[in-house]
Amino acid sequence: MIRFSHVVKEYPRTGLALQDVTFRVNKGEFAFLTGPSGAGKSTILRLVIVEETPTAGEVRVSGSLTSGLPRGEIPRLRRKMGVVFQDFRLLEDRTAEENVAFALEVTGAPRDTISARVSRLLTQVGLASKGTSYPKELSGGEQQRVAIARALVNDPVLLVADEPTGNLDDRATRGVFQLLRDINAAGTAVLMATHNLELVKRSDYRVIEVNRGQLVFDSADGNGAGTAATSTPV
Amino acid sequence: MRLTFREVALGVRRSPLLSSLSVVTIAFSLFAFGLFGLLVLNVDRALRGVEEHVEIVAFLADGTLPEAVSAAMGDISNFPEVANVQEVSPEQALARARAELPEFQDVFDASFLPPSIEVRLKEGHRDPKTVKEVTQRIQTYPFVDDVRYGEDWVKKLYDIRNIAGAAGIALGLLFAAVAVIIIGTTIRMTVLARAREISIMRLVGATDGFVRRPFLLDGFLKGIVGGLLALLLTWGANAVISHNLIQTTFFDPAIATIGVLGGGIIGLLGSALSVGRHLRRV
Repeated sequence: MIRFSHVVKEYPRTGLALQDVTFRVNKGEFAFLTGPSGAGKSTILRLVIVEETPTAGEVRVSGSLTSGLPRGEIPRLRRKMGVVFQDFRLLEDRTAEENVAFALEVTGAPRDTISARVSRLLTQVGLASKGTSYPKELSGGEQQRVAIARALVNDPVLLVADEPTGNLDDRATRGVFQLLRDINAAGTAVLMATHNLELVKRSDYRVIEVNRGQLVFDSADGNGAGTAATSTPV
Repeated sequence: MRLTFREVALGVRRSPLLSSLSVVTIAFSLFAFGLFGLLVLNVDRALRGVEEHVEIVAFLADGTLPEAVSAAMGDISNFPEVANVQEVSPEQALARARAELPEFQDVFDASFLPPSIEVRLKEGHRDPKTVKEVTQRIQTYPFVDDVRYGEDWVKKLYDIRNIAGAAGIALGLLFAAVAVIIIGTTIRMTVLARAREISIMRLVGATDGFVRRPFLLDGFLKGIVGGLLALLLTWGANAVISHNLIQTTFFDPAIATIGVLGGGIIGLLGSALSVGRHLRRV
């Protein structure tokens, strides 16, 4: 699903962000990506969603090598994954329904199927009654649920979440996390970057930890970092 | 296409002030261009009017037989450059002189004025070189005493036309470039105001084409509306000048339509450049 092989990312102004990072997230797997601020978590996620390409090494997502991927192919690859951010990134002037529908419209989905799919997704995330609400009329947890519904509307094989509970209170955090677990249980692989160690400890999902641009721990590999990439895909 | 129109409408609804500002900026840029165009059109028309007075006068020797004059006139009127040929008798020449010059009021004998042939040239053949060539051909008739065409005057007129034409093209290009830059900058503001939306669109898998389309349509429509406003302003300015200062000519409908469509195309190009640059960066 995601495969990093000896990935190096260097920025002209800030220098090395990632050094020789190798790991693999398999189909249907749930993995936490942890580490202090500036450790390289967001860089890894940006490489996964092809906002960036590596300076050296290889990143493969859903079988596609991201380096040298034609520009026209990037949107098609992104449609195979859903992305959720800490700041929700909803369109403020559109209702919850319209925000979710938007992700379908950009893919050219048939108009008559959009409404039913949006309703199904909003029901799945527990917001069936809030479809006509605008983001500012929703709580943080509800906004994140809309963002998750939007991320799932194209039936992605991978959900990438960057601190999805970072702006939420405990109750909303639990709700959103449970939602992500349910999504994973239904077969979607989840890569979730988080600072919330409580959340990490409460579950037995795989943990990949980065620090100063290096992979320092991978719970899938009892012997330390890096070898997870050689594990057998599920 | 339905989605593209909806996105354009949403953009206008979301930021009506910025949209209005874009249209007004486009309108004033094109208005300045339109005023300049009006100036060029009227100067050109005025120069053409003066040019129509370019004529060659061949003075004939005394005693030239009327048959010879008729034959020569037939020949000359067949020259490809010649529009028409007219014979002027001494009496006609005196009548003209008396009408135009007060000192001829007391002159009643026309015998001292030579008969002449006046030759007018077709449009496009009134440059100094052609006028001189035709003059030389007319001079070859044995009964032609002298030929005059106001060499200095024709040369000066031609120089003025060339300078006006070159200045018109240079200033026109400059005005057009300034209009494109101003319009491009205005549209860039619209693109930047929607940068967040563009990033979200790309995040959910929108292609560059999908992101670009609403902006292109938006730029084109704003260009058309701005062009129509500019046309209205130019028409108003022309009416005021024509009424209060000098009689001027306005653009014909075809030129006016091209101007408005030009506004649309500038809007489209400005959008394409601004969005393209933005998409390359993100």
